[in-house]
Amino acid sequence: MKGTLRFLGRYIAKVKLPLALGVLTTLVSVGLTLYTPVLFGRAIDEMVGVGQVDFGVIATLSWQTAVMIAVNVLCQWVSGVCFNNLTFRITKDMRVDMMAKLMRLPLSYLDTHRQGETLGRITSDVETVADGLLMGFSQLVSGVATILATLVFMFVINWLIALAVVVLTPLSLFVARFIARRIHSGFARQAETRAKQTGYVNEMFTHQKTVGAYLGEARAAKEFEEINGEWEKVATKAVFYSSLTNPSTRLVNAIVYAAVAALGALSVTGTLSLAEGLTVGGMSIMLSYANQYTKPFNEISGVITELQNAFVCCDRVRELLDAAEETDEPNATRLVSPRGDIDVKDVSFAYDPHRPLIEHLDLRVKAGERVAIVGPTGCGKTTLINLLMRFYDVDKGEIDVDGKDIRTLTRPSLRYHYGMVLQETWIRHATVADNIAIGKPDATREEIEQAAKEVYADSFIRRLPQGYDTVIEDDGSLSVGQKQLLCIARVMLIKPPMLILDEATSSIDTRTEIKIQKAFGTLMQGKTSFVVAHRLQTVMDADVILVMKDGHVVETGTHDALMAQRGFYFTLFNSGLN
Amino acid sequence: MLSYFKGYRLQAFLAPLFKLSEALLELLVPLVVADIIDRGVADHDTRYILWRAALLVGIAVVGFGFAVTAQWFSAKTAVGYSAKLKSALFGTVMGLSYRQMDEVGVSRMLTRMGSDAMQVQNGINMFLRLLLRSPFVVFGALVMALIVDPGTAWLLAVVIPVLSVIVAGVIVGCLPRYRSVQQNLDEVTRLASENLSGARVVRAFAGEEEEKRKFDRQNRLLMFTQKVAGHIGALLNPLTYLVVNGGIIALLWVGGLRVDHGELTQGQTVAIYNYMATILVELVKLANLILTVTRAVASARRISEVLAVEPDQTFGTATQGVESPFAIRYEGVSLRYSEGAADAVSDVSFEVMRGETVGIVGSTGSGKTSLLSLLPRFYDPTEGKVLLDGLDVKEYDKETLRRKVHVVGQQAVVFADTVRGNLLWGNPAASDEELWQALRIAQAEDVVLAKGGLDAFLEEGGRNLSGGQRQRLSIARALVGKPSVLILDDSSSALDNATDKALREAIKEGTDCTLLIISQRSTGVKGADKILVLDDGLAVGWGTHDELLSSCAVYREIYQATGGVR
Ligand SMILES: Nc1ncnc2c1ncn2[C@@H]1O[C@H](COP(=O)(O)OP(=O)(O)OP(=O)(O)O)[C@@H](O)[C@H]1O
Ligand SMILES: Nc1ncnc2c1ncn2[C@@H]1O[C@H](COP(=O)(O)OP(=O)(O)OP(=O)(O)O)[C@@H](O)[C@H]1O
Ligand SMILES: [Mg+2]
Repeated sequence: MKGTLRFLGRYIAKVKLPLALGVLTTLVSVGLTLYTPVLFGRAIDEMVGVGQVDFGVIATLSWQTAVMIAVNVLCQWVSGVCFNNLTFRITKDMRVDMMAKLMRLPLSYLDTHRQGETLGRITSDVETVADGLLMGFSQLVSGVATILATLVFMFVINWLIALAVVVLTPLSLFVARFIARRIHSGFARQAETRAKQTGYVNEMFTHQKTVGAYLGEARAAKEFEEINGEWEKVATKAVFYSSLTNPSTRLVNAIVYAAVAALGALSVTGTLSLAEGLTVGGMSIMLSYANQYTKPFNEISGVITELQNAFVCCDRVRELLDAAEETDEPNATRLVSPRGDIDVKDVSFAYDPHRPLIEHLDLRVKAGERVAIVGPTGCGKTTLINLLMRFYDVDKGEIDVDGKDIRTLTRPSLRYHYGMVLQETWIRHATVADNIAIGKPDATREEIEQAAKEVYADSFIRRLPQGYDTVIEDDGSLSVGQKQLLCIARVMLIKPPMLILDEATSSIDTRTEIKIQKAFGTLMQGKTSFVVAHRLQTVMDADVILVMKDGHVVETGTHDALMAQRGFYFTLFNSGLN
Repeated sequence: MLSYFKGYRLQAFLAPLFKLSEALLELLVPLVVADIIDRGVADHDTRYILWRAALLVGIAVVGFGFAVTAQWFSAKTAVGYSAKLKSALFGTVMGLSYRQMDEVGVSRMLTRMGSDAMQVQNGINMFLRLLLRSPFVVFGALVMALIVDPGTAWLLAVVIPVLSVIVAGVIVGCLPRYRSVQQNLDEVTRLASENLSGARVVRAFAGEEEEKRKFDRQNRLLMFTQKVAGHIGALLNPLTYLVVNGGIIALLWVGGLRVDHGELTQGQTVAIYNYMATILVELVKLANLILTVTRAVASARRISEVLAVEPDQTFGTATQGVESPFAIRYEGVSLRYSEGAADAVSDVSFEVMRGETVGIVGSTGSGKTSLLSLLPRFYDPTEGKVLLDGLDVKEYDKETLRRKVHVVGQQAVVFADTVRGNLLWGNPAASDEELWQALRIAQAEDVVLAKGGLDAFLEEGGRNLSGGQRQRLSIARALVGKPSVLILDDSSSALDNATDKALREAIKEGTDCTLLIISQRSTGVKGADKILVLDDGLAVGWGTHDELLSSCAVYREIYQATGGVR
């Protein structure tokens, strides 16, 4: 709770001005709202009877109230605007911070957490925080202000009664607190099941086509029903318990009210001697103030419980923001125009400590060399690339670029010098041109078209309805090979000093592939490059071929040397020919 | 949309009723207090005073009971409704055809399931809690004022219509803006989701700063629309206050004149003033309700648009094919994805005998995937007919068709589930033995063993698997269903040649299905009984490897390209 408030405080501190203005206008508005009826009362006092109405006074009072009302209306709106600005600014900041956080989270986090759940934190949870804050700001401030103002009025009229009421109020606050505490866990469970639901829905919607192809709608519906039923149970409880606060405090207030009425009445009759000389009039005033005074308490306690929900979600936001990041070494340096000597020294790595994968891997690549990594599926080729790019860090040993341990370099600067095409294509919802320009957002249209031409994507792009400006919707509407061509074009555009191709052409037809190989050949001239390929024919002319098996390098050498060895590579190569 | 109240009708009806009873009970309190003063205090009757005080407590307790009941019913209704709505929405989205899914987009559906459903739930909850109370109080105060003095109460009759106009104005102003808030949220969701799935690419291109900028921009847009909607909504309270208080000032004059003329007493003026004040308090509460409900309506509309989507494919009733020498037959088939676009497939005809293996080759984007997606009716041809076991695929019911034909897509799909859970999509009734059998054919047995057996957990998207492992699991999933036609859409592109070859042989031996293989490498289809060569949507070659080598220029080029690299 304290942590949550401190966390929120950091965001609120950035918007002091609207906060101050909002509080100020609320205070003014509450004061005026309480004072205006007094003037109305005075005006009505002037209407004593037939022919005794003092229209002069009523006119003055009308003017005064009119001005007050106008000011009040303005203040109310301004405070509303301020609190809106405040809330939406805070939630925007939160979302932007969360996105920045995503960029710094290690890939091991992203690889092991459900996307939908993380997504839910950024969307639904922040939204709940917004709802809570909006209500909290507007009602909490005005509630507290109303209580304070009423208190002042009461003390002015009769300090003894005021004191009595003040003494009794903690009771309703106590009840509210009692309930709030209980509700917190209810809301937490609700948020959890909601996250689970979002995770599931996200996955099912993403793979909707596959599910449909396997007639999996019924199974999906059943699985969803299970999660949804659980959510319904938990959420009903949370919503119900949170709505209990109001009636409960109202009950407490009503009991207090009854007690005050009884005690007051008995004092008037003299049965009790609590307040000497209390009259019937005095008692009814006291009762009406007691009533007026407890109302805002009621509202505040309601707000406090509703706020629990916001706090729970806020904690979920905080959890993401607090997750361990991939931080660069404190004295990490930027990698600047590397030559491209790469030294892998006795590297061991495993995703799961119980299942060793890469062990004692050594590899020395001279600048400008073209390295092919080959081997049966699942042998650790992609993993080696994960290590080179520092998507994961080595467990033992080190990898050097130009003699510098890559762990002493900043990650972005290291990655910046590698151009990479992944096994998986990733196309974003954007125009074709924007998709190509991802590594160089300020590229001109000519450069983009040039890159597309080099990978023979230009002709199909031109045939799209709006050419380079065609928006690719949600990863659809292109053939898989076409998507891969776009991914390759990205690298062509930035012309990086080092290159990593992880089966970059696996979904591209052989005729186009050959042409692209040539383009790559030109691109890689004099640059260090790593190429993973299953079609061994495409890597025969590599300077070094690294043959991997079960996380180990079993053979290295040129194609001819390896063929001559008649070892594992020889078998691999020949299995592809017939 | 009302039909989702089913099962909650009674609660939806009772909740406001109990709420109303509570409000009515509260009205008794002043009467009891008056009693205490008039009889208890006047007669110095201590017992009477205590009894009445106890009555007050009793009223409070009963009122509490009513309130709790009302809250329970409204919570139950609101959450229950929202749960049903989500179920319906989920079902609708899962049932959309490929074409419809292309159109609606995932992130847009996600916000509907999340944020929009939430808004609807809040709206219902608030509505049920305040539905009867506020209008009742306002109406009651109006009636009472009329009884006290119709001569002044007409002021209220002016104030209320003016208020209605203001409320209507704010609603009209807010509704489209709440809608655009939700639309912007769609975009925010999309960007966030893209960055989650594309984390590696973004980092590899050091595009973090650019992504943050983009996200920031989209969030600013969202913030802006939220503010605009909020600012308009924030007008409601002050304007209500303005109008009612304006009415009160008018009351001072009208009342004053009438008192001056002797048509009204001071006490009556006080009474009418009090009614006005009551109305004001209730209206302010109502204003918040109105905004919440307006938001709910904007969201409900977005949801109902999806719910209203009609299936664009009708399936037949056939559960069996007819006698025919051909397992598959395409007759002059063309496919165009959208009006105005070029044909992805144009006028393709070919036929496949039962148990045959047919290879399909062609350059990138030549229509291979599109062509075969017509068989399980992922898409329907714009022209021509596709026959499966002698019957037009449109004649089959969906179950039968999709059980007969299984497709392993170009991009392997792995769910966050155990290996078993993943495989059972292919056939929910399969035994473990059948699963292992499928895994063996798919060359994935050792993968699963290494991961720890059928109960090993796979991360979403198979992120703890290598590319080739994902592909083999996808193939195993299709095999589990024992389809009569199996389509492998370039689904061994991440396999090494040896595994690929072993896979093809195992499928041949282990199953008797008709096999359609799309491949980028001519080696992948060389051994097929027939090969179809596609170029730019047109079938330019059909025959065996040897026939095509001599007759089809495109095929020759593809074949030579495979060797040409050598
Ligand atoms: N994030 C991860 N968590 C746990 N295990 C993983 C993870 N990624 C990969 N693995 C495992 O590590 C091994 C090597 O995977 P890797 O992706 O490096 O293989 P690969 O050689 O690239 O194979 P392919 O040719 O099929 O792409 C595999 O057994 C895989 O299951
Ligand atoms: N869902 C879709 N909506 C609109 N156009 C599409 C869609 N899917 C594919 N296309 C277009 O139809 C054409 C044929 O695509 P298809 O996926 O059938 O090619 P393919 O031969 O399978 O290519 P690849 O070898 O790259 O997989 C391409 O030009 C592609 O852009
Ligand atoms: Mg395809």
